[in-house]
Amino acid sequence: MRKLRHWGPGLLLLSPSLILLAIFVYGLIAWTTKVSVSDEHNALGSKGFAGLDNYTKLFTEDINDRFTHSLKNLAVFTVVFLVGAMFFGLLWAFILERGVKAEGFFRTVYLFPMAVSFVASGVVWRWLMNPNKGENAGGLNAVLGGLGLDFAQSTWWTNPSWGMASMAIPAIWQLSGYVMALFLAGFRGIPAELREAAAMDGASTYRLYRNVIFPQLTPVALSALIILGHMSMKMFDLIMSVSGPQWLTEVPAIYVWQTLLTSDYAKAAAISIILLLLVAVVIVPYLVYTNRQEKNA
Amino acid sequence: MVFSPVKGGGRGGRTGFTRRAAVAAVGVAALLTAGACGSSDDGGGSGSTKVEVFTWWADGGEKAGLDGLVKQFGTDCAGQTFENGAVAGGAGANAKSVLASRLQQGTPPDTFQAHAGAELSDYILAGQVEDISADYDTWGLKQAFPQGLIDNLTVDGKIYSVPANIHRANVVWTNKKVLADAGITKDPADMAAFIADLEKVKAKGIKAPLAIGKDWTQLMLFESVLITDLGPDKFTGLWNGTTDWNDPLVTKGINDFKTLLTYTNTDRDALDWTDAEKLVMDGKAGYQLMGDWEAADLDAKKFTDYAWFTFPGNGETFQWLADSFVLPKGANNPEGTKCWLKTVGSAAGQKAFNTTKGSIPARTDAAPADYPKYQQAAMADWKSAKQVPSCAHGSACSQGWQGAANSALGAFSTKQDVAALQKALATAASQFVKK
Repeated sequence: MRKLRHWGPGLLLLSPSLILLAIFVYGLIAWTTKVSVSDEHNALGSKGFAGLDNYTKLFTEDINDRFTHSLKNLAVFTVVFLVGAMFFGLLWAFILERGVKAEGFFRTVYLFPMAVSFVASGVVWRWLMNPNKGENAGGLNAVLGGLGLDFAQSTWWTNPSWGMASMAIPAIWQLSGYVMALFLAGFRGIPAELREAAAMDGASTYRLYRNVIFPQLTPVALSALIILGHMSMKMFDLIMSVSGPQWLTEVPAIYVWQTLLTSDYAKAAAISIILLLLVAVVIVPYLVYTNRQEKNA
Repeated sequence: MVFSPVKGGGRGGRTGFTRRAAVAAVGVAALLTAGACGSSDDGGGSGSTKVEVFTWWADGGEKAGLDGLVKQFGTDCAGQTFENGAVAGGAGANAKSVLASRLQQGTPPDTFQAHAGAELSDYILAGQVEDISADYDTWGLKQAFPQGLIDNLTVDGKIYSVPANIHRANVVWTNKKVLADAGITKDPADMAAFIADLEKVKAKGIKAPLAIGKDWTQLMLFESVLITDLGPDKFTGLWNGTTDWNDPLVTKGINDFKTLLTYTNTDRDALDWTDAEKLVMDGKAGYQLMGDWEAADLDAKKFTDYAWFTFPGNGETFQWLADSFVLPKGANNPEGTKCWLKTVGSAAGQKAFNTTKGSIPARTDAAPADYPKYQQAAMADWKSAKQVPSCAHGSACSQGWQGAANSALGAFSTKQDVAALQKALATAASQFVKK
């Protein structure tokens, strides 16, 4: 009884959000899982249990290997997006940290694209990444042509093998500033004593960054990777507004939507669960890691 | 940081307990009330005289057509009131997803828009729409519509929808000036003549004489090629299971389609049909295959230097698609809905709708003089021609099949693999054709 009095009120206070989470997150995940092992392939509803058929069929029997193709697209997109955003974010943070004039101005400029929605920027990037070359060129290709850099003109996202790398450009543009802000906070969080101690020991600037500062930034880098990583896995709006739903740039999130529109609920649910697992692979180890860190702290 | 858990939560003493308990109780109560407020909504009721018409016609010529229909409905069905349930955006995709959830919840609109033909099969299978064959007899629609359309609409001997309009898919639109410059004086009669003409235009320095857009526009072109290579009967058979997709004639069709693609713009996957239309208007292309809504669109854009012909080799075939209305099971006001459907099928209703939307009436007894030039020609063809359905616009295949076909054409656009496309289409057919 004493124990209940101790944690009872806390639990009561938390209960609304716990109940909502239980229903709208975990309950719906359970429901989706249930649909994904059923044979609800049209509006008629489910006639029975299909086991893991829907999952295996995605990998073995999908027409033109549509699902594996969408996974491949997602992989290319994610790698380019993460590497690009981390690179530019770190670079800008580094430059600002070294002390440039008008830091506040540049910080705002770099961070600003994040305030734009993916749909709005996607429409603009659709125009910029016009795949026409030569005399018909538009957007970036026209700029390159005007500069006499015709060889650099690209088919952008319509390229069958590397189109998804172009698709990552708007995403990099939009989120590098956010990564920069994270790193800048990381830089600022490193106590001045550490730098001073390193200077006393006669460390060169290179050694200072290599051995003192960058190791301190690992948790920040990890957080940035996780946040961008899970955004990338679920990418939908950007691709929808740049290319629309089509084979060339299809990723699992778009495939789910397309499948849902054709009333194939079981297949859509199976893709959703795979997507959830992919995101979980990224997020769960991170949660475990931070949990441990906090316990140690 | 996004994932940081809530820290703290102190350990209060006895006195703290009551206060915290009170806060908690108030918090819970507040949330519960908030939840309760969200539910109750309109009453509705059975003796309703409202007819909620669910469409994706929210603007442009389509909205104007709907307004015309509503006016006619007001005259024909006194005592019933029209309620606009239009959901805009996404070329109907938004509306379709809203509709799907309403049908699942058992709160259907009084009537909804759907492409006539096989696209309805999902709703029919699910028992979500009523059989209205008997009303077809009472309203005399079986005599008013051409037999080919009645055949395409009939599923297991029953009819479930009333088409409001007819569009034709297998039409090639041309820029007269570009063709005249290339010395082309008459319409090509078959595929070989068409390719020869494309060569002539290309020789004049127009790199991509045939304008095209993304997947579904490619599917339209591909279907037209198939009509030429297979003939109308075997083509219709592709969609009802009587023609095998592995037929060598289909292979020939894919190869012809591949040849045609070499005359098209390479940025096709980045374009919608209006972008391709602009290439024709700007004289950067000579030809475009598109449905006959292009006529209304070109007129609206004040481009007059255009001509049209039926896709070479299609002969007398009229590849149709139609918007239609249905009577959903469990509609609030079935009587009102039936009156709406009667108006949609009536001569006056079809005239009110089609003269403004730029389509032609499904009825064969309409007076051509009421319509613009292109429509008059199409109406004459509609009476005499052989009707075949279109998959790109849902009259030939279900939505799932359509999605698979679009995806397969999208893949073909980049990979150009003839065998893969045929295999993909054959697999799609085996999955979706009604057994």
